[in-house]
Amino acid sequence: MGMTMIENLLARKAGLARVRPGDIVTVDVDMCVMIDLQFATMWIPPNRIHDPDKIAVVMDHAVPAPTLKDAAAGPKARKFVADFGIEKFFDVGRHGICHQVIAENGLARPGEVLACTDSHTCAGGAYNTAARGLGPAELYSIMCTGTTWYQIASTVRYELNGQLPQGISGKDVFLHLANAYGDATNQNLEFGGSGLASIPLSDRRTIATQAAEISADFATFGVDDLLREFLTERGVHDYEPADADPDAEYFAVREVDLTGLEPYVARPGTVSHNGLPVSQIERRAIDQAFIGSCANGQLDDLRIAAQILRGRTVAPGVRLLVTPASQQVYRDAMRLGYLQDIADAGGVVTNSTCGACFGYHMGVVGPGEVCLTSSTRNFTGRMGSTEAEIYMASPATVAASAIAGYITDPRSVTA
Amino acid sequence: MKTTISGRVWVFGDSIDTDAMYPAFAMKLDIPEAAKHVFYQIRPGWTDLVEPGDIVVAGKNFGVGSSRPVAALFRQLGVAALIAEEFNSLFFRNAINAGLPALTAPGVTSIFSDGATGSFDVATGAYRNDISGATGQAPALPPLILEILSSGGVLARLSEQGYLPIELLDALRSGAIPVDSGSGA
Repeated sequence: MGMTMIENLLARKAGLARVRPGDIVTVDVDMCVMIDLQFATMWIPPNRIHDPDKIAVVMDHAVPAPTLKDAAAGPKARKFVADFGIEKFFDVGRHGICHQVIAENGLARPGEVLACTDSHTCAGGAYNTAARGLGPAELYSIMCTGTTWYQIASTVRYELNGQLPQGISGKDVFLHLANAYGDATNQNLEFGGSGLASIPLSDRRTIATQAAEISADFATFGVDDLLREFLTERGVHDYEPADADPDAEYFAVREVDLTGLEPYVARPGTVSHNGLPVSQIERRAIDQAFIGSCANGQLDDLRIAAQILRGRTVAPGVRLLVTPASQQVYRDAMRLGYLQDIADAGGVVTNSTCGACFGYHMGVVGPGEVCLTSSTRNFTGRMGSTEAEIYMASPATVAASAIAGYITDPRSVTA
Repeated sequence: MKTTISGRVWVFGDSIDTDAMYPAFAMKLDIPEAAKHVFYQIRPGWTDLVEPGDIVVAGKNFGVGSSRPVAALFRQLGVAALIAEEFNSLFFRNAINAGLPALTAPGVTSIFSDGATGSFDVATGAYRNDISGATGQAPALPPLILEILSSGGVLARLSEQGYLPIELLDALRSGAIPVDSGSGA
């Protein structure tokens, strides 16, 4: 039997002819992405590092600094990049949420290994990169040594068939899969099939990002024309894609009919076996509506939100917060008029940061409040009070619901 | 390294997420203060009851969620090991890298309840409820992981290898988190 996409990738990187689930492999890491929290929470200047060209430093989780602790991290990061000659430094002003910065700057390359101190690093799988969440101690180690290890998990293949309907997004695809199949703990996800061409790169990244929510390891997409074009535009050349063997051995192969999908929403607590089509949810009033994060603060997400909000008004009693995923997205969205549309409708556009998504700053929710979010995670207490409820849906559903004042099907607004 | 860990056991359920152990507001605090908020909502007051040497046993999908270094809080509290029916792999790696033994032991929650004492040999995978005598067998930890644990975690190992100042070795082995308090020095 052959190997899955991620097995092929890791086998090649490990210099092995074949790997199987359960094997432990040691690989060289092609790109090590460090974030501001590293310098705030776990930092001593190293005596030496592996390779400054394989390191990027991104200020994202707590910028501009909301606490003294975070403020103290900035100078440490700046000194580190100066001392070691690290050129890929994304300081406040040219910053963004790390997974967006990685994408914009072509740091995640097909067939390569990327490490980053954030659980949503699996986002890089949209670009055929072996990227997964790692902790700050491990990132520190990779920064020093240039290598790490992975235990090969079994792989679930999603065979995407049909066409993604107009108005249905990657978020809806993911929420449907999470509801239908539940957790994928200690499993890899692989996405392919004839319907893949109908899923834009932005939606693929939403799906890959959210693999963390069902506890998966790696979540990879193959290289196709759409991805090749995306990479060329970002100056990424000379890569070696990883693909699955025709006779690859999977834990499961699941067929997904994209054509039949509709907007989905997840109820508070988890996305796993906890969702339903938006059209079926009871009338649920909301206090806060959030569009942002590495999953859904992309330019396409803001475009979709702006189209719905244009000429309409956010309902009384609802706060709509929109956080572009990067300074680049912010600038593009401003140039294209999206931010104007959002602000004119009564939405608040924030600077790019992980902020509200992890309940750390700018948009923390209070006791008894209901938040509808198109960010990454809906755990109890995730965005603030443990007595707040966090529902999750696509940017279109969040924008439409902000206008209605309750969770609503975006097709009712756009129709 | 001592591979058998014995201690009083605390039992938790399935899908305990990282935010339930290390909430965002605690990330604004230093480690000793942050550690007082572990399980703050699902078991308030637990951090006053847990004692050094205790063992946390949990169900499936333990630690789903964030990359935040929850294991550092457990080490601060003196927790000797994490045992679970199933771990989120990021959470598992974080424990190992922090020098905190973690063992996947299918069936473990069915033979332990709060207050029991248990013994877990991470090198062989054998485990036992010292009160009831019930035993179980988990997959042993692979050599590469035992090696990281015997160094006292990945940061201590980096100190041994000369990447971090050797003066920090003992502190890192004991689970201290290096926080440079200087102004970027």
